[in-house]
Amino acid sequence: MTTMSLSRGHVELLQFLRDRTAVVFTFFFPAMLLLLFGTIFGDEYTDSGISASQVFTASMVAYGILNTAFVTMGSGLAMDREDGTLKRLRGTPMPASAYLIGKALLVLVLSVAEAAVLILVGVLIFDMPLPDASHWVTFSWIFLLSVICCSLLGVAVSALVKNARNAGAILNVPVVALQFVSGVFIQPMSQLPDWLEKFASLFPVRWMAQGFRYVFLPDEAKSQEIGGSWDLGRVAMVLGVWCVIGLVLCLVTFRWSSRDR
Amino acid sequence: MEAIEVSGLRKTYRDRDAVAGIDLVVARGEIFALLGPNGAGKTTTVEILEGHRRRTAGDVRVLGEDPGKAGSAWRSRIGIVLQDADDAADLTVYEMVRHIAGFYPGPRGADEAIELVGLTAKRNSKIRTLSGGQRRRVDVALGIVGRPELLFLDEPTTGFDPEARRHFWDLIRTLAGDGTTILLTTHYLDEAEALADRLAVIADGRIVAEGTPATLGGRGAAQAKVTWREGGTVHTEQHTDPGELLRRLLDDGVDLTTLTITRPTLEDTYLSLIGATR
Repeated sequence: MTTMSLSRGHVELLQFLRDRTAVVFTFFFPAMLLLLFGTIFGDEYTDSGISASQVFTASMVAYGILNTAFVTMGSGLAMDREDGTLKRLRGTPMPASAYLIGKALLVLVLSVAEAAVLILVGVLIFDMPLPDASHWVTFSWIFLLSVICCSLLGVAVSALVKNARNAGAILNVPVVALQFVSGVFIQPMSQLPDWLEKFASLFPVRWMAQGFRYVFLPDEAKSQEIGGSWDLGRVAMVLGVWCVIGLVLCLVTFRWSSRDR
Repeated sequence: MEAIEVSGLRKTYRDRDAVAGIDLVVARGEIFALLGPNGAGKTTTVEILEGHRRRTAGDVRVLGEDPGKAGSAWRSRIGIVLQDADDAADLTVYEMVRHIAGFYPGPRGADEAIELVGLTAKRNSKIRTLSGGQRRRVDVALGIVGRPELLFLDEPTTGFDPEARRHFWDLIRTLAGDGTTILLTTHYLDEAEALADRLAVIADGRIVAEGTPATLGGRGAAQAKVTWREGGTVHTEQHTDPGELLRRLLDDGVDLTTLTITRPTLEDTYLSLIGATR
């Protein structure tokens, strides 16, 4: 079982790395966007005196995870359903869990690498100082909860994708829309209409971004958050609830095949 | 115990019967071919036997188990050659065969499976770069790498060049010689005739004939058509046993250089069988 899962993970990574389009346009896209935003708005200082490029870096870690977990999982599953990967595996003794663990390994490796690239851009180009050890502990749990919840939701949403060619487009609608309203592209969020702010707060992205800002920004930056505090308890709660929702949706909607059975 | 036992198999999509009541028995070690036009229900039937599709009604036993409920131990005893897979394009032939081999309890070596399908020269090529026929041979290698007791082949030689087909037929005979049961669907009647111990023709979701390649659809009992030319006129006679007629012609000193004896080919029989249901 362990061997099979590792073998799946290995094959998933090999295939991802050999697909240059995916590497350039999926993996490096958040870093490119960060470079653009950070360079264009970099000199602006927020009210708390922290440069906008650093705020972008912290918030964009959330985008990175959406990209490597939600989009990779969702489009990967739709593709595997369409090209026969799932059907092939279904006809072998491999248990379904080995497939899902293999995908999870891919997502985990990509997410760690994605976060590392974004943080590196922040540190090297935008002079973002690295946080101390206790902040890294917080980073770990927010990162893990975010990856798990985004992956599960990616699996669930893939069931809605009828045609793998459309997967990227369909999955990127919630990703891009939520980033505009969740404080990733536009921070502070208090600039949004009240109802939009409430709506965005129902979804995980706002809490992921807020959590990563806690990790990477000085404590004064909390004045920019809604309610003027980091509210890590609610970060944990909302992400946890979405993990459960994602898991239930996965169990209800998971299909091996895209065809009518 | 038989390898496959099916009775009253039915698969309904909304209001349409894709499979409308099929009975089928395939013995262990047999090569059994399912023939039929596109849309006749061949693939649906095979996918139900493989455990890929649920059935609407009927009893199905494959290697003694119900494929709708069987688990991974059962899957390790069957091999499936997919008809339209397009997966693993960025892996090499060897990487993919070795990967799939790792799921089985007692697999063939990856190189052995690749050798058996004649792809050793392409061992380190990415699957993306292979031709259609080579791609199908990878599918065959993946189907046999787990040393299955029962192998499903759904139109396996589509896109093969003639040499690759002959090579493939030899492989199937070798596997059958080792005791592997083989269920084959095909459009090629010469393939069914060359390989199958027994075959069945499906049309409109039903089996319309079953037999050996020599006897299918009453072919064995069909009359032979004897034609010859005598004094400028063409004579044709139908006989169950043409021997007697030939003896008479020889005794009469008839010139037999233009003599032909024909029986219905498998293709004639097949076309009349599926034509009858239209």
